[in-house]
Amino acid sequence: MFYREAGDFKTSYADDSQTFPIAFDRYRYYAVLAVALGIIPFVITDYWASAILIPFLIYAIAAIGLNILTGYCGQVSLGTGGFMAVGAYTSYKLMTAFPGMDMVTVTLLSGAMTAMVGVMFGLPSLRIKGFYLAVATLAAQFFLVWLFNKVPWFYNYSASGQITAPERLLFGHAVTGPNAEAWVKYLFCLAFVFVLAWVARNLTRGAMGRQWMAIRDMDIAAEIIGVNPLRAKLSAFAVSSFYVGVAGALLFTVYLGAVEVGEAYGIQKSFLVLFMIIIGGLGSLFGSFAGAAFMVLLPVALKVLLVDTMGWDTALATHFQFVIVGGLIMFFLIVEPHGLARLWSLAKEKLRLWPFPH
Amino acid sequence: MLDAGQQGYTTADGRRIGGVVMEMRNITLRFGGVVAIKDISFDIREGEIRAIIGPNGAGKSSMLNVISGFYHPQEGEMIYRGARRPPMKPYQVARQGIARTFQNIALFEGMTVLDNVMTGRLNHMKASILDQAFWWGRAQREEVENRKRAEEVIDFLEIQHIRKTPVGRLPYGLKKRVELARALVSEPKILLLDEPMAGMNVEEKEDMSRFILDVNDEFGTTIVLIEHDMGVVMDLSDRVVVMDYGKKIGDGTPAEVRANQEVIDAYLGVSHD
Amino acid sequence: MPDQLIFAMEVTLNGLLNGVMYALVALGFVLIFKASGIFNYAQGVMALFAAMTLVGIQQGRVPFGHLINEIFGTDIHYFGWEVPALAAILLTALVMIGFAILAQRFVFRHLVGQEPIILFMATIGLAYFLEGVSDLMWGSEIRNLDVGLPQGINDSIDAVTFNLFGYGFFIDNLDITAAIVATVLVAGLIAFAQYTKQGRAMRAVADDHQAALSVGIKLNYVWVLVWSLAGIVALVAGIMWGSKSGVQFSLSLIALKALPVLMLGGFTSIPGAIIGGLIIGVGEALFEFAIGPMIGGATENWFAYVLALVFLVFRPQGLFGEKIIERV
Repeated sequence: MFYREAGDFKTSYADDSQTFPIAFDRYRYYAVLAVALGIIPFVITDYWASAILIPFLIYAIAAIGLNILTGYCGQVSLGTGGFMAVGAYTSYKLMTAFPGMDMVTVTLLSGAMTAMVGVMFGLPSLRIKGFYLAVATLAAQFFLVWLFNKVPWFYNYSASGQITAPERLLFGHAVTGPNAEAWVKYLFCLAFVFVLAWVARNLTRGAMGRQWMAIRDMDIAAEIIGVNPLRAKLSAFAVSSFYVGVAGALLFTVYLGAVEVGEAYGIQKSFLVLFMIIIGGLGSLFGSFAGAAFMVLLPVALKVLLVDTMGWDTALATHFQFVIVGGLIMFFLIVEPHGLARLWSLAKEKLRLWPFPH
Repeated sequence: MLDAGQQGYTTADGRRIGGVVMEMRNITLRFGGVVAIKDISFDIREGEIRAIIGPNGAGKSSMLNVISGFYHPQEGEMIYRGARRPPMKPYQVARQGIARTFQNIALFEGMTVLDNVMTGRLNHMKASILDQAFWWGRAQREEVENRKRAEEVIDFLEIQHIRKTPVGRLPYGLKKRVELARALVSEPKILLLDEPMAGMNVEEKEDMSRFILDVNDEFGTTIVLIEHDMGVVMDLSDRVVVMDYGKKIGDGTPAEVRANQEVIDAYLGVSHD
Repeated sequence: MPDQLIFAMEVTLNGLLNGVMYALVALGFVLIFKASGIFNYAQGVMALFAAMTLVGIQQGRVPFGHLINEIFGTDIHYFGWEVPALAAILLTALVMIGFAILAQRFVFRHLVGQEPIILFMATIGLAYFLEGVSDLMWGSEIRNLDVGLPQGINDSIDAVTFNLFGYGFFIDNLDITAAIVATVLVAGLIAFAQYTKQGRAMRAVADDHQAALSVGIKLNYVWVLVWSLAGIVALVAGIMWGSKSGVQFSLSLIALKALPVLMLGGFTSIPGAIIGGLIIGVGEALFEFAIGPMIGGATENWFAYVLALVFLVFRPQGLFGEKIIERV
């Protein structure tokens, strides 16, 4: 089994635009899928689920969402945290108002609600560009967090101001609440990741994706060749916010269980997701996964290394994390703006030609 | 209002030139106090190669920008295919079948040649976002159909070998060709070319001239082009508009324009005393 | 005069003084942006870092003490001396200049010619980095900063307004000092930019990098200069805010407040930064005073951004920014 495209002839345009044009990639993808579905659910422990796998899956969705907006359509948003909060509070209101509603519907509706809010805050993108827009999205971030903090209807007038996810079953197993088992939560999130990543791939390889990228690369030229900038930008905001909303909802219902909005969905979260796509690679779906994995693993790795092994103070490890993350962001922007995904594809390019590069 | 020439005619080399497809009437464009275009009228006939020439700053590019809806003239009107064209956004103009290239190449640098060319087909792709999201029948069918059209144009302009190369890595001459492909693939009624040969060497110019003639010949596309190189303009075009300081100083066949005293003055300079 | 109006006047006055502080932070942004096209998100963290360093030097703390103790198992925290305020300020200014040189040398020199948005994201990275360094160097506890600025209620304003309206305004001496310092600083910076050789070089670079380079201006030097100035503006802002509410992480968020100020005033205009700051300061104070109680309060968290957002939709170049003409 070689990493080659030679001998793997495409006889139709449909074949040529498939997701993994190289056979080896396809097999590896099936292998990853087999492990994710066939092995991990049976061996997963609570620690692995809560420290690594579930946050990885959820942040991967958020990163794909932001990457659609920023990496593909070129509109930088610092409002990701606020939009995730919209997803979380929508799911909370739906779960409490309609106890019979199943979690898939709840999560999808949360995404849809976030998409609408996203479009609203995306409207200024028609007039405002570049970092002006980035700063303008801060308005969404601060306003939304304030809203969920100050209007008691959103947290059902609870005394603490927190929201807590009630227990909900799916196929007879608890997905949310304290009794949900690790493997159920994992599979629930995995299903969303699988479908949403596939949809994102479809959107980005077709007409929609080309409109987005055209706007990103040169908006004026895009408009002159026939791209409606309003439609292109707002659809990017809508799709992106849908993903971010789903991630926000899952983060609350499945992962955290109880949430205080300023803490869980503050501006730090916006930066976290932005860093994922910078480190992973702007405009790359694979990069969204790589970035999410990196940002989830880094604190765990630092904790294991500095705190557990060397016995350092936890605060000190956190400070190091800041230095490393900040340093890496600058490093990637200087050396490889396309992030880990680019490094990966460079390696693949080499491998494709190996051992006869000329 | 339209003269007998509306019937069209056949050129010496046997191409059929039709009636007037677009007419500019008394167009005036100002930026603040600066007048970029002053009361200009001319028409464009179906199937012809129409050139706009003039010294730097004559307002040629502004004229093209008016036609493609990027600038909106303060005065005058445009008649397109028999009807007055209301003020519209550039993308709406594109949907009416007017495509263009740019003086300083405006390609999507982060995308491959194929994807760039495919953006030219966007107006022919109608699948809904839901169809696209799930890659259902219509989205997939359209992708394949339009890919076929794109590949035809890619073959026509001889850029097959760089199909999957990101545009950012291409040399200048090839970029110009990719841009032409992107405009051409939309099957425009009128193709606007803003200095298609600027900065090219002789060989590249010859290639580009051949492509322009082939496009006009094979698809019958009406072409409006701006060019500095007088030789090229005279060889290629059926009729020429000459502009100077935002005003029209000549209009006619290359031979007529060449004989026009005002045009000679503008190009060679004349002593004002 | 009705009570409400008198309260509103007091709120406005306090808002104005707050606005001066915003303007001060915004000024740091404008300086760097004008000369290098970099939108420096790290400005706020620079203020935090400067204030932390100042306190650290004043109290004779050992930099990286925490880290050293953790690695070598030692237990050192203080050198055992105290540095007078003025000397500490000067030393901190030197540290900020050092920081400017390092940032230019290792980061921004490699990013010349990149798109503005890439530069912006790089400064977000820089902000994280510097925050981590600041915590490692001086710890992350809240510190009191005292360089001997006057504090507390201004008695004469209290007395004058009491005589006029029968109600004494509460205006903090520190706010007045800050306003005066900010005014002096702004005047100084404008004079520097207009009348000195370095200032002219700075403006030339702002206008056109290539052209400036071709007449023999050293870009690197100018950029280091600009980053140093921004560092010193950050130090001043850090002293003011730090004296007011202690040196802590939230100080770095003040920079975020400067962003809407800039959006209002335009990124390239020094008067714009000042007037934008005043508008935001007064606007958010009055909004919180008039509308805040009805909708749950704490509106100053978002008011400035929403105001700037709405404003920008109608005037994308800000109040004083140059008009954007799009070309193809």
